[in-house]
Amino acid sequence: MNPPRIEALGDCALLILCGDGIDASINARALAIAHTVEAARLPGVLDVAPAYASVCVRYEPGEWIGADAQSPFERLAGRLSPLVDNAASGAATAAGFIEIPVTYGGESGPDLDAVAAHARLSREAVIALHSGADYRVAMLGFTPGFAYLLGLPAALHMPRRATPRTRVPAGSVAIGGAQTGVYPRETPGGWHLIGRTTLDLFDPARDPPALLAPGMRVRFVAQ
Amino acid sequence: MKITVLAPGWQTSVQDGGRHGRAALGAGTSGAMDEVSRRLANILVGNVENAAALEITLRGPRLHFDADCVVALTGAALDGLPMWRPVAMRAGAEIALGTMAHGAYAYLAVAGGIDGAVLLGSRSTDIASGLGTPLTAGNVLPVLDAAPDQSRRLWRNLFAHFAHPPMARSENRDVAPALWSLNPRPWFDLDPGNPIGVIEGAHFVQLADTAQRRLFDTAFRIGGDSSRMGLRLREARLDLREPLELVSAAAVPGTVQLPPSGDPIVLMAEAPTCGGYPRIGHVIAVDLPRLAQRRPGDGVRFAPVSLAEAQTRYLERERALTALKRTIRERLQ
Repeated sequence: MNPPRIEALGDCALLILCGDGIDASINARALAIAHTVEAARLPGVLDVAPAYASVCVRYEPGEWIGADAQSPFERLAGRLSPLVDNAASGAATAAGFIEIPVTYGGESGPDLDAVAAHARLSREAVIALHSGADYRVAMLGFTPGFAYLLGLPAALHMPRRATPRTRVPAGSVAIGGAQTGVYPRETPGGWHLIGRTTLDLFDPARDPPALLAPGMRVRFVAQ
Repeated sequence: MKITVLAPGWQTSVQDGGRHGRAALGAGTSGAMDEVSRRLANILVGNVENAAALEITLRGPRLHFDADCVVALTGAALDGLPMWRPVAMRAGAEIALGTMAHGAYAYLAVAGGIDGAVLLGSRSTDIASGLGTPLTAGNVLPVLDAAPDQSRRLWRNLFAHFAHPPMARSENRDVAPALWSLNPRPWFDLDPGNPIGVIEGAHFVQLADTAQRRLFDTAFRIGGDSSRMGLRLREARLDLREPLELVSAAAVPGTVQLPPSGDPIVLMAEAPTCGGYPRIGHVIAVDLPRLAQRRPGDGVRFAPVSLAEAQTRYLERERALTALKRTIRERLQ
């Protein structure tokens, strides 16, 4: 693996790039780096958030002024570099395990048949594959509490819908490309809906608000 | 005290200094579209800058105030209340704010700050993420107690106006504006001829040569399908040298994305925390409030700015705001 790279994301944020592609080991590295940077509690760092293969750090440039000609970005990047290099890969992945009960197909999963047809499998085989796999949360994003999961069996990979739905019901379990996830609330969405869970994935008044967290292991259990 | 919403206007929402530190949950910063105007409104009533204020869009709300208070209105010009200055309101006062002829956002701060629900550490409404909703008629907004020593002189002088009507008479007898006001010029700019600074993004070099030139040559127009989440730019489709397959990575307010349609999108206050489109540029922080004030149909031209220059300008603005804040504090106390 190449050493991580730091690039500016505008003038108040930066990205630490750990690699390319959707890959469990690259993601583990991103999570470890995010954990290390968060734990360092650097001044003026407002937000640290991991993604599949990168970590975003939002910062207040006014906290990174120095006497020399370095820009705040250069100063912060200089401070982050050794942290990033020392972040032990995989150190932050012990983040728990959760089972998500799912009602597959029917009204709960209107696209189950389409996924089965695309995969040239029976409905039952799709359910068995989806609920038989071990998943890991790569990142949260798109909407609060939406978890992108690693580990979808290749037979179930399927391009997103050409036309996204304007309304996807809360709790919908869905497949988009090589990814699977659960919609925490009713939003528009372009993934294929194969089932639904009654678990409340996100409640801003709860602590923690999101049921899933990066690094967490997930299994779907057919009801 | 409480503010009752009699009519919400086109879209009015509660916004504080933003929701920070929750991107890992998938929650973006939200906060004000024109953050400088929001901060100035708070400064003018003696609040901490992060206090929650009302963000008003295009057409203003009608509001009722049940106790004596001091408010300030900043941003795009609206009828109904003198702007860019503290204004005293008597208990029972009602204001009806009009329609903006230019610009898109105005901010009404009230001394003490609005005490909306705190979700994930912030009172900012994030409409797209379902964290709070825009105001509707009948909503009652509690207001936190104002710190009296922050603006003692202001309150004494303003409320004396009710006993001895000043030279500048207000049409509303329950409203007494300060006789001084802030010159909005350095802070607020509606001239669509002024360019908006953009730093090249990671995928700028992946744009075709013509598209690289077009980003900075085109007089873009803001699309009607723009929102607090993002402004859609029309007039010139930009194309990539070849299609890019990207893994979802972070996006922030100011990020200029290029979706497959070729019409760039500038992400704004309610930017989603991640996106998979190429990042061709970033609107610089000091120009984001100016861009926010452009409404659908308005023009936008971009000018290239280096990262170092953008950060220098940001630090200069913050220094100027700190100095202004000190001057206003002295007037209020």
